[in-house]
Amino acid sequence: MSLLEITDLHARVAEKEILKGISLTVNPGEVHAIMGPNGSGKSTLAGVLSGRDAYEVTSGEVLFDGQDLLELEPEERAQLGVFLAFQYPVEIPGVNNTYFLRAALNSIRKYRGEEEMSAPAFLKLVREKMNVLHIDQSLLNRPVNEGFSGGEKKRNEIFQMAVLDPKLAILDETDSGLDIDALKTVAEGVNALRSPERAIIVVTHYQRLLNYIVPDFVHVLSGGRIVKSGGKELALELEAQGYGWLESGSTSELVAA
Amino acid sequence: MEISLKTETMTVPNSYLRDFTGTDTGSDNLGPAWLSSLRQRAAARFAEVGFPTRRDEEWRFTNVSPIAETPFTLATKAQSALSPEGLSRFTYEDMAGTQLVFVNGHFASELSSETFPDGVTVKTLASAMAEDSPLVETHLGKSAKFGTEAFVALNTAALEDGAFVHIAAGAIVTAPIHLIFVSTADSGPTVSHPRTLIVVEENSQVTLIESYAGPAGQVYFTNAVTEVVVSENAVVDHYKVQRESEKAYHIATMQIALARSANFSSHSIGLGGQLIRNDINAYLGGEGIECTLNGVYLGKDKQVFDNHTSIDHAMPHCNSHEIYKGILNDYSRGVFNGKIFVREDAQKTDAKQTNQTLLLSPYAQIDTKPQLEIFADDVKCTHGATIGQLNAEALFYLQARGIKKDDARALLTYAFASDIVSRIKVDAIRSQLDRVLLAERALEGIAG
Repeated sequence: MSLLEITDLHARVAEKEILKGISLTVNPGEVHAIMGPNGSGKSTLAGVLSGRDAYEVTSGEVLFDGQDLLELEPEERAQLGVFLAFQYPVEIPGVNNTYFLRAALNSIRKYRGEEEMSAPAFLKLVREKMNVLHIDQSLLNRPVNEGFSGGEKKRNEIFQMAVLDPKLAILDETDSGLDIDALKTVAEGVNALRSPERAIIVVTHYQRLLNYIVPDFVHVLSGGRIVKSGGKELALELEAQGYGWLESGSTSELVAA
Repeated sequence: MEISLKTETMTVPNSYLRDFTGTDTGSDNLGPAWLSSLRQRAAARFAEVGFPTRRDEEWRFTNVSPIAETPFTLATKAQSALSPEGLSRFTYEDMAGTQLVFVNGHFASELSSETFPDGVTVKTLASAMAEDSPLVETHLGKSAKFGTEAFVALNTAALEDGAFVHIAAGAIVTAPIHLIFVSTADSGPTVSHPRTLIVVEENSQVTLIESYAGPAGQVYFTNAVTEVVVSENAVVDHYKVQRESEKAYHIATMQIALARSANFSSHSIGLGGQLIRNDINAYLGGEGIECTLNGVYLGKDKQVFDNHTSIDHAMPHCNSHEIYKGILNDYSRGVFNGKIFVREDAQKTDAKQTNQTLLLSPYAQIDTKPQLEIFADDVKCTHGATIGQLNAEALFYLQARGIKKDDARALLTYAFASDIVSRIKVDAIRSQLDRVLLAERALEGIAG
């Protein structure tokens, strides 16, 4: 059974229809890249999957592990194993990073019928994952994302993903605004989390990230629809062509290229 | 046309005056002559000004007519019994220190500490006055004036007993001194007028807690006045924990006189009551003073929290910091009025005032008014007021990590108040506030 099954998904913000019929199947172990220009609906798709309430799904279906995902609250989706790495991680002054992460992990474990993790066991897990992401210990004792640099925030997202161990991770433009070193670190962290049980959807505007996180599939989103799907080489073609061809109204140029 | 400048006042019900004018009661415990004179002047003043109305600028947002109209009576000593178990709800189990307990204004010796650390004198005002303590005569009623302050006048008119704290020069008192004022109203609405005089001599250091509380559901009126005199280079950390019954009225004035290089912090924590008014006035009368006034209050149902503060910079090189935070749910209302005066001589003043309110319900309301009056020209004064709801994006972020919506809301509410909570140095009070803010969720290690 596929892990994620999106069928003819339509969604809007206020009165504006953004997603106009998306269908996508993601199996465990696969890495899918979703690329597209600004306004194509990439972040909307990520938002709809994670349960952001600004979006209204008007038709279509999303099954996760055979369950209707759209019926669930954001926290239930997280508990089931959906993880969204935010494009803009939120600063939460007054809430300790370690505390927050342990509360999140234990909430997920509780849902799965597992024992809550003790503080020492949790710290051991955290130290392990920290090393992979080159996260400084001091970051853990600070309020969630407060005063973090752009790169630190994005690494913190991947670090959270590593600790929470989701079945499906959606990375929403995790590469935006990162310098090459930070980008490599983030990619390394993500690659370390690739496994036959886990699927990853990488939403990105730029091909560059995909040099480091090599996808199994690439989908091009434009005007709220997937206009082209292919293997990793599709990303390179896009890089060479830019998104300009989309506006010219046809995918044939790309196919010809 | 004739224009009257006199503030319109509410008629004072006879019951309020009859009890305090002395002449009516024929009371023989009026104490020394200076006290009876003070009380009589206060009673006369109260009869003149009466209860304030909303036409009075200082009471624009708060209607005290329910206080004027409720037939409160002074509880007798016999009506003011409290068992140690009854008291335990209002104390902190795991806090070292000493305590002085009053029930309906009557001193409860059996519930109070018998001995106090070296350099500390804690006793009732009645016994201090009986000994004719010059300290009491010098300071009582000196900073808490009752010119226009009806409730201070009323308190002073009723002045028979209260708490007296004296910290000797150079004494460093590590464990907190807890003054507990409990009200009970088992057989009808009661009123009490707690009075506290705190005199801290030079180079000393002390932590003081004033608690006000009463059993749930009971109707009573607490009308408190606290005078704090802080001498040169002394350090005072003051906490007020207000946990009155949800039907209680609580009106309180704290008047603080600070001398050169004094360091005074006030932490005002408002949790209970139905109508609460706090006036805190600090007079910075020397150079190099540090004055911090912080407050946090949690409103629900139809509670009204009215906080008025005034920081008067009279001398150069003083710093004042003020943060007041309100968390308002349901139909509760908040009022914040923060006055900062910088007098002509108070050059190099650094004054910072922040007032933030979190509205958790569409029906909650806040009226906020910073009021800065600056007469010096080389000063730094800032003020800011924000009013907002829980950050929807932060809420979603927490939910997206698997944290339930209710928990996420509690977490963010906690986070809103965290900068005030983290400044509370008494662990027992801090963890009490943590629990309330987190709606009794056990979230250990949350502070960021």
